[in-house]
Amino acid sequence: MEGKKIRVLIAKPGLDGHDRGAKVVARALRDAGMEVIYTGLRQTPEQIVETAIQEDVDVIGLSILSGAHTHLFPKIMELLKENNIEDIVVIGGGVIPEEDIPELRKVGIAGIFTPGTDTHDIIKFIREKVK
Amino acid sequence: MEIVEKITNGDRRAAAKLITLVENNFNQAQEILKKLYNYTGKALVIGLTGPPGSGKSTVTDKITKILRGQGKTVGIIAIDPASPFTGGALLGDRIRMQDLSLDKGVFIRSMSTRGHLGGLSQATQATVKILDALGKDIIIIETVGVGQSEVDIVKVADTVVLISMPGMGDDVQIIKAGIMEIGDIFVINKADKEGCERLATEIEMMLDLNQNSRWRPPVLKTIATDNVGIKKLLEEIDRHIKFLKESGELEQRRRDSAKKEIFDLIREQWKEILSTFIDNGFLDKIVTKIVKREEDPYTAVEKLSSILVHSYTQGGIKNDRKD
Repeated sequence: MEGKKIRVLIAKPGLDGHDRGAKVVARALRDAGMEVIYTGLRQTPEQIVETAIQEDVDVIGLSILSGAHTHLFPKIMELLKENNIEDIVVIGGGVIPEEDIPELRKVGIAGIFTPGTDTHDIIKFIREKVK
Repeated sequence: MEIVEKITNGDRRAAAKLITLVENNFNQAQEILKKLYNYTGKALVIGLTGPPGSGKSTVTDKITKILRGQGKTVGIIAIDPASPFTGGALLGDRIRMQDLSLDKGVFIRSMSTRGHLGGLSQATQATVKILDALGKDIIIIETVGVGQSEVDIVKVADTVVLISMPGMGDDVQIIKAGIMEIGDIFVINKADKEGCERLATEIEMMLDLNQNSRWRPPVLKTIATDNVGIKKLLEEIDRHIKFLKESGELEQRRRDSAKKEIFDLIREQWKEILSTFIDNGFLDKIVTKIVKREEDPYTAVEKLSSILVHSYTQGGIKNDRKD
């Protein structure tokens, strides 16, 4: 039973029903030896943060295609801070315009991966961040 | 505040962190579990097991909602398999339990088997204690989707609910040994599917052949997605718990379970001691001899055991037990 495993919560905030991307990433992380918790569609920021607490994850991966990232991502970061959780790496993916990225970084999203990203890049990024 | 105090005060994050420690570094976790043990033993443990896709997560979700309505708090351990190739896992049981994630009276932990066979993960028993100490009244363990012989759940649960569904094979499957012997309650989920009546009859007939049991497991039909039969299932769980208490079986089961846990822990500890021999190249030397036919494996193991026992009694391995 020994040995640290990287635990990742893949969550879909917002109201869009497109989870293909989230599932592809979840599968890739699984194949990279990580434990991926997948919670399904339409999660509120509160649900995501509470799940992250109970599952004690190292990483939260947020997938969003509805365009609400500028609202939902900062909200999640805020809730994490409220709960004194500063050590979870939060990354985001989906349809996110170039010009929104600096703002998301500013609120603490560690990495943004837009369509076309090689899943290996995401794996590498997570492994470097979670030591 | 100390971690034990935090957990007994209901700190979810502290509990979650300790579960992770149990999974990653059991030796370290053990020191905390020792102190936590006094605060455990209050919760009732329900095990849900059955083949993949039979509806374990959905049933878990539905019975949890009823239990919450009765004012009871619930801890859920949901186990999914690990990949035998990469060690990774996709833990997806929460998808069916979305509404529960914001209920402060419910704590859900998804868990990978991490290669452990038997339907549970190595960390399950300790996790039950952690959720117990966290103050959960009922703990539900949802095993991995099982086949025929993953029966570890009987070691941990007070009541085992075996969930099956129509269309999984003929009647010989039902009289085979293994999984069909461990149910305290049988549930046929997806009861609107064809073959439900036949399956129910076959299970009933199988149960009629067991003459020695004081508890005759009921066979229930549910359609979990529509909440059909769930209330009845909880009533039967209650009835079983009552039977366990009144018949003295609960104490017997907990004694059996403690015994099994001791053996499991001893096995793990000795495995670790053995692995230090491997690290030292000690075992490699023996393996070379065996492969060259200079020694047979049976004699080698006899010798190895006596060396281990010797170093144990000589204090090479810490032994401060006096009783």
